[in-house]
Amino acid sequence: MRELTYLEPDDTTEAVAAVSGDPEAAYLGGGTNLVDHLKLGLATPSTLVDVTGLPMDTVEVHTSGAEPVMRIGANVRNSDLAAHPVLRAHLPVVSRALLAGASGQIRNQATTGGNLLQRTRCVYFQDTTTPCNKREPGSGCSALQGYGRYNAVLGASDACVATHPSDLAVALAAVDAVVLVQGVDGERRVPFADLHRLPGDEPERDTTLAHGELVTGVELTASPASRTSTYAKVRDRASYAFALVSVAGALDLDEDTVRDVRIAWGGIAHKPWRATVAEDALRGKRLTEDAVREAVEAELADASTTDQSAYKLPMVRNTTAHTLLTLAGQAGDPR
Amino acid sequence: MTLAVDGTEHTVDVDTRTTLLDALRERLGVTSVKKGCDHGQCGACTVLLDGRRHLTCLSLAVAHDGAEVTTASGLGEDDELHPVQQAFLDHDGYQCGYCTPGQVCSAVGALDELKEGHPSHVTEELEGEAEPTEEELRERMSGNLCRCGAYAGILAAVRQAAGEQEVAS
Repeated sequence: MRELTYLEPDDTTEAVAAVSGDPEAAYLGGGTNLVDHLKLGLATPSTLVDVTGLPMDTVEVHTSGAEPVMRIGANVRNSDLAAHPVLRAHLPVVSRALLAGASGQIRNQATTGGNLLQRTRCVYFQDTTTPCNKREPGSGCSALQGYGRYNAVLGASDACVATHPSDLAVALAAVDAVVLVQGVDGERRVPFADLHRLPGDEPERDTTLAHGELVTGVELTASPASRTSTYAKVRDRASYAFALVSVAGALDLDEDTVRDVRIAWGGIAHKPWRATVAEDALRGKRLTEDAVREAVEAELADASTTDQSAYKLPMVRNTTAHTLLTLAGQAGDPR
Repeated sequence: MTLAVDGTEHTVDVDTRTTLLDALRERLGVTSVKKGCDHGQCGACTVLLDGRRHLTCLSLAVAHDGAEVTTASGLGEDDELHPVQQAFLDHDGYQCGYCTPGQVCSAVGALDELKEGHPSHVTEELEGEAEPTEEELRERMSGNLCRCGAYAGILAAVRQAAGEQEVAS
């Protein structure tokens, strides 16, 4: 591991200045992804700016508007956020997604901001003996012709087929979260869909944030759909494994007609995949299994698979249908 | 930096790259915390950090200056074993024993989380109370691997400790 300077800034302005002014500096949150990547030689910062001491560790709930708004500090730990009573009541999909991720220990350590900024990655990214465009731009992609069971099936490029591993991010994509970001020029609000990016020819960039921009929090607004929402995760073992495919779903019905629906997929793409084509196809329609399957098919029109990843398409069709029908009270338990 | 480990205060100089795990084992000689995978996958290095279960291999020591660490060695009082430790003995919750200190710390943390009303992935009603069922305890202990496969005994031990906790409260 490279020699490290460790800094504990007094406030967010000092933190942002320290990282923005040094191309080799990085933020340290809970460390569950970054410390591992330091050991593996995948991350080689010369300076770490620890933000866990900054006052970004509370959940504020504002109830003055029509719907409760939660302002979640970037340092709130995954376990504490999952257990928050307002989240459980008004945005269960977010709580369910957090609880489906990692292990009890890791959820105690990992932060809200850090979870979103963990690296998009595949097995080759973590193996420094193999070419990887994300780790070493221009070196090639080992996953294209190699072990491809976890590969992306939507929005991938010839440069990269890795998927974003966060469960939380899939839920936040579904409920239109806003990411609060501080940079040297002040604060900005980033719609969740604009935070992560597809690989294109720059797979080394996972997000649209500039170097030094700091995620200070996430804002969530409840809705009728978010109160009828859940997260279904399909994986190789019952617990403590990444998603093969996951579905965040939220549904608001008028009798049996879809007033509002939100669908986001994990394990499918380089970023949490908000299925807006499928949502548009379902809005105003009667919610039936056929309607859901037709909508999902439209979303998957541009899917690209190999023999190894082809299983993901029936998996995402079935999991989406099961999730929405469950929410409509027409099927069993989605887990 | 300073660390309070199992009730004893330590002051130690560490390189910024040192993990909390290596600081405990290699610098302070606290060998009750174990190094398994060193990548956050096995749970052998679990301690209670400021009261919550925590992986010491994924933490830099310098980021935890002033922290209070409880390892499996620090759980009991005087000559009395902690109820979770006693339960592991009662049910043979180990074979080689290497993962056991991490399992015990994780179980103590998991039962505290259950008592505080934290839901889990398998909790049926998100807004209801979770019960220490077999399914709940399996899910909550999934971050601790046992290569000997002593899971049947581990599960029985954690169930016993959970039952005692319920009776006591």
